[in-house]
Order: sequence, then C-alpha cells, then structure tokens
Amino acid sequence: MSIDTQMSMPSAAPRLGLGARGWYAIGGVALLVAVVVGASVGPAGPAWWRVPLELLDRLPLIAIDSGVTDAEWNIVWRIRMPRVVLGGLVGGMLSIAGASYQGVFRNPLVDPYLLGAAAGAGLGATIALTFGRGVTSTWPIDPVPTAAFVAALATVSVTYAVGASFGGARSGATLVLAGVAVVSFATAVQTFILQRNLDVVREVFQWILGRLSGATWADVQLVTPYVVVSCVVLMMHRRHLDVFRVGDVEAATLGVPVARTRLVIVIAATLGTAAVVSVSGLIGFVGLVVPHVIRLVAGAGYRRLLPLSLMFGAAFLILADVFGRTISSPAEIPIGVVTALIGAPFFLFLLRTRKLAP
Amino acid sequence: MSSISFDAVSVAYGTREVLAPYTDSVASGEWLGVIGPNGAGKSSLLRAAVGLVDSGGEITVDGARVRGMHRRERAALVAYVPQEPLIPDDMAVFDYVLLGRTPYIGYFGTETGHDREVVYGVLERLRLGSFAGRMLGALSGGERQRVVLARALAQEAPVLLLDEPTSALDIGHQQQALELVTELREQGGLTVIAAMHDLTLAGTYSDRLVMLEEGEVVALGAPREVLTAERLGEVFHVCVSVDIDPDDGTVVVVPRRGFAT
Repeated sequence: MSIDTQMSMPSAAPRLGLGARGWYAIGGVALLVAVVVGASVGPAGPAWWRVPLELLDRLPLIAIDSGVTDAEWNIVWRIRMPRVVLGGLVGGMLSIAGASYQGVFRNPLVDPYLLGAAAGAGLGATIALTFGRGVTSTWPIDPVPTAAFVAALATVSVTYAVGASFGGARSGATLVLAGVAVVSFATAVQTFILQRNLDVVREVFQWILGRLSGATWADVQLVTPYVVVSCVVLMMHRRHLDVFRVGDVEAATLGVPVARTRLVIVIAATLGTAAVVSVSGLIGFVGLVVPHVIRLVAGAGYRRLLPLSLMFGAAFLILADVFGRTISSPAEIPIGVVTALIGAPFFLFLLRTRKLAP
Repeated sequence: MSSISFDAVSVAYGTREVLAPYTDSVASGEWLGVIGPNGAGKSSLLRAAVGLVDSGGEITVDGARVRGMHRRERAALVAYVPQEPLIPDDMAVFDYVLLGRTPYIGYFGTETGHDREVVYGVLERLRLGSFAGRMLGALSGGERQRVVLARALAQEAPVLLLDEPTSALDIGHQQQALELVTELREQGGLTVIAAMHDLTLAGTYSDRLVMLEEGEVVALGAPREVLTAERLGEVFHVCVSVDIDPDDGTVVVVPRRGFAT
C-alpha cells in the first residue's frame, strides 16, 4: 500500500502543551478583552479607563462609581457596542465558515468565499447601488444588504448546481472548479456594470473593502439569527469534518453520507457568510488565516478548531477594527485593509517559526 | 463470525465492463486472495463489496443483502483498507484510529468510553500503544501501515477488505503486516479478502486464490492449483518457475530470464 499524504499544513510540530479546556479558556479571555477594549476606545465618549469600570458596575451585585455620565454611556452603548458585537459576529462567522470550508474541501487554501459568496454579494451590492438608487432612495430600509445576501446565496447555489451536475458533489474538486468559473463570471458582470456606471465606483469599492462603521443594533439583530443557526449546524458537524480528513472514499466506507454531509456544511457556512458580508462588506483574510493560525498553535482537529475559530476570529476582528478606527483617527482605515495588514505578517511569522520547530 | 457471498456481482464503468458476473462465497474466517494483472478487476471487486461502486448482482454478508443496508450498518460489517489511504500528517494516531468507530456513533453523537476502550485495545494489540499521541506525519512507512490497519480493525467489522495491503512496504514490513492479519484472523475469525500483487505472498497467506484477467475469473481454488507456471505465463505474460516447498507445501513463484511464450 502506498501512502498518500494530503495537502496539509507544513509541519506536524508539537503544539503548545495545552488541552482543549486551556485553549477554550484563552479564547474566552481573548474575546472578553477584545470586547472591553472595543467598548473602551474611541474618539468621543468617556476616558477609556472609565468604561471597564462602568461595565463592571452594570454587572449584578457589583457597584462601582465609574463617573461615566448617561450621555457618555449612550455613546458607548449605541455607537461602540453594536460595532463591537457586529465585528465579533462577522469575525467569528467568517472564521468558522472558513475552517468548515477548508474541512469539506480538504484544502487549506480555501476561504468562505470559495464558491462565490463574496463575488455574489459584491455583484448584488453593485446592482443595488447602481440601478436601485433612484428607486430605493425613499425606502425605509437599505436595499444593499438584502441584495448582497440574496445574490450571494444565488451565486453559491449556481456553483453547487453546476458542480454537482459534473459529479462535483462526490469529488469536491469539480465543485471548486465550478466555483472558480462562477466567481469569474460574477466578477466580470460586476466589472462590466461598474465600467458603464463610473459614478458608483467609489461607493461600491467602499462597500467591497468592508466596514463596521455606522453599525447599529438593528444590523446586529439582522445577522444574529443566521449566524446562530449557521454556527450551531457547523458545530454539530465537527466530528464529520474530522472524518473528511481521510478522504471521501474512506469517509464513505466508514458510513458517512459524504455528498449529503458536505452539502449541509456548505449550506450552513454559506448562509452565515452571506448574512455577515451583506452588512459588513467583503472582509477578506479572516476566514482564511484565523483557522490556520489556530491549527498551527492548537492542533488541526476540527472538534477544537471550530469553537476556537469562532472565539479567536471574533476577537481578532474586533481588535482589528479598534486599530483601524484609532490609528489615523478621526479618519478610518477600511477593516479589510487592516485585517490583511496585521494578519499577513503575523501569519508569515508564525508559519516560519512553526516550520523551524523540531 | 461472518461469511460474505457474491452472486453474479459485476461492475461496469459506463459501457465498459471491468468485472464480469462473479459468484463465490468466502467462509467465515477464510482468507481469499485476489490476484491478476493490472486492470484485471481486483480493486473493482473489493470496491463493489464495500459499496463504493455500483454493481450488478447481489452481495450478502451472513445472508443479509448489503445493497439495502444503511451506510453505517454496512460499515459495521465490512471494513476496507484502500490501496492509497489518505494520511493527514497533523492528526494524532489515536484520533485517526478513533475514526474507525464512526459507524457506531450517531449522526450528531460523540464517541463513548467503550469506543475509546476499543481504540486503546486495538493499539495495544498492534503494538502501537506508545504511539497514541504521536502525529501521523512523524511515523515511518511501516508504522503508518499498522496505524491504517488499526483503524480498519477498530471498525470491528467481521469482514476485512485489503487492497494491495503491502505493496509499498519492504519485505520485513510486508511479512509483519500479513502475519498480523493472520493472527487476528485466527484469534477473531476475521474474514479477509485481499487483492495482492506478490504472488508468493498471496499464495502463502491465502486459503484460496481467485485469479482475474480482464474482469473474468480464469482460476479459483487452492494456491497450488491456481499458481501454475503455464497459467501465469498466459495471464501475466511472464516467464516463471513455480516451486512447491516439500515441507509445508508453500508455493514459491520465481521469475526467470526470458519471454513468456
């Protein structure tokens, strides 16, 4: 029997000697720190150190005089907190979806946009911004997120239908290739529309680069149900993702309904991804890199990888957003730029140190 | 334990038939060796038995039709070690072997203490106990081989299908792997069907051999009946001499210089 090694991370170097509970604890602390920092830092509002005190004060059985006025608390609660929570939802969702996609396609270079969620959302937003503005300017709700969400789901459905018709549901590889074709097509249509409507280019690009500014509790309410459903379904399939690691053939001989399970995971990951990108724009890099970093430090098993991706992805995006809105305040750096600027060098550093480990 | 029967089992890819209707019954605890040149249909026979390819005819395990079975039910009866198993480098040995318990775990379930006990038991039996926490990427070829076998055994299926189980191993590891399967067969009544390239090894370890050529059965029976120099010359286009050990009756196939006639 010749042994085939799957495309996997470059080293099987020993992980930091921590059990699952240790990692969950670190993830929880990281998320808590990120939320507190996110709520505390900002241009207007109370002095930063007063906010953690006020947050403590609002816990039951604790009374601390933080000196935060009602007006200041309003800034924290109505402006910063929705942004922090939305950032957490987006970062966590993109990371867990990325990890799941990497699992079902057994390819570490895959991100949650693989089958066209991002390209579809971009196209939907472009269409809404280009053709819908005249019609929808008086609408009570912003049509862009809805258009992005619907187009993202539609695009992934087309990819799946095309790929499956060539047997992609069985092999996965055909599905990825179908994704490449459909993404190219959607991007081409988007470019064509933009090229004929140069007046919306700036607006569309701002959307594509991703933003959390202007986030409201209504946005949070909008995406939370999708994120919760998606995450619950994905978490329930953690064990299946581990079985997928030995390949479709062996997974099938172990009794796993491969095509159906893959479809369920892809639908769940896509639903959550489409929901978050429809309100945040196309924040790249998080879904690809966060699962990778966790694999390198905490091990590659999906039982641990999915919950940790959720926690660290959320913490990472909240902190990246803090960085983006403070570093050149009052101007903001688009969140998608920040995630790549911080994430890429960190990832390379980690890859290098881990690879050199004995 | 369990017997597995083939009743006119055939496999076709599109219009090309790769296995002509095959009928045979492998008794409980028996080892059937499947031999034949490349493309003879050996792998197709095994893949049909485990339900990886659609096949004609009927396969039954202890009289129960495999076709109508639920996937997990079938996986609990038939374990399969493919020719080229996918080995994730960054998976621990224990976790890999634990995958063999998949058929016993519900869709949304998780492994029980019993599943973990089975895994530890198999690891001990295959002298892999001290490897449980190691990453697969850090193992040698022979160790990986044992780990793959361990995963199939953790499945606790009474029928074990091996596709070229030793083709990538040196002679020492080949022997160790095959001796191990023999030991398990003798202890636990495991029924084994193994596709093999090495004819001497196939003859040594199998109770019966079936020789396939272009999907058709050309010989079926005891190794010394199947492995004759004339037949091997015709089917494999090879020049060999076949010696039979006078002490234990082992059939030894020795390649000779020259072309088969």
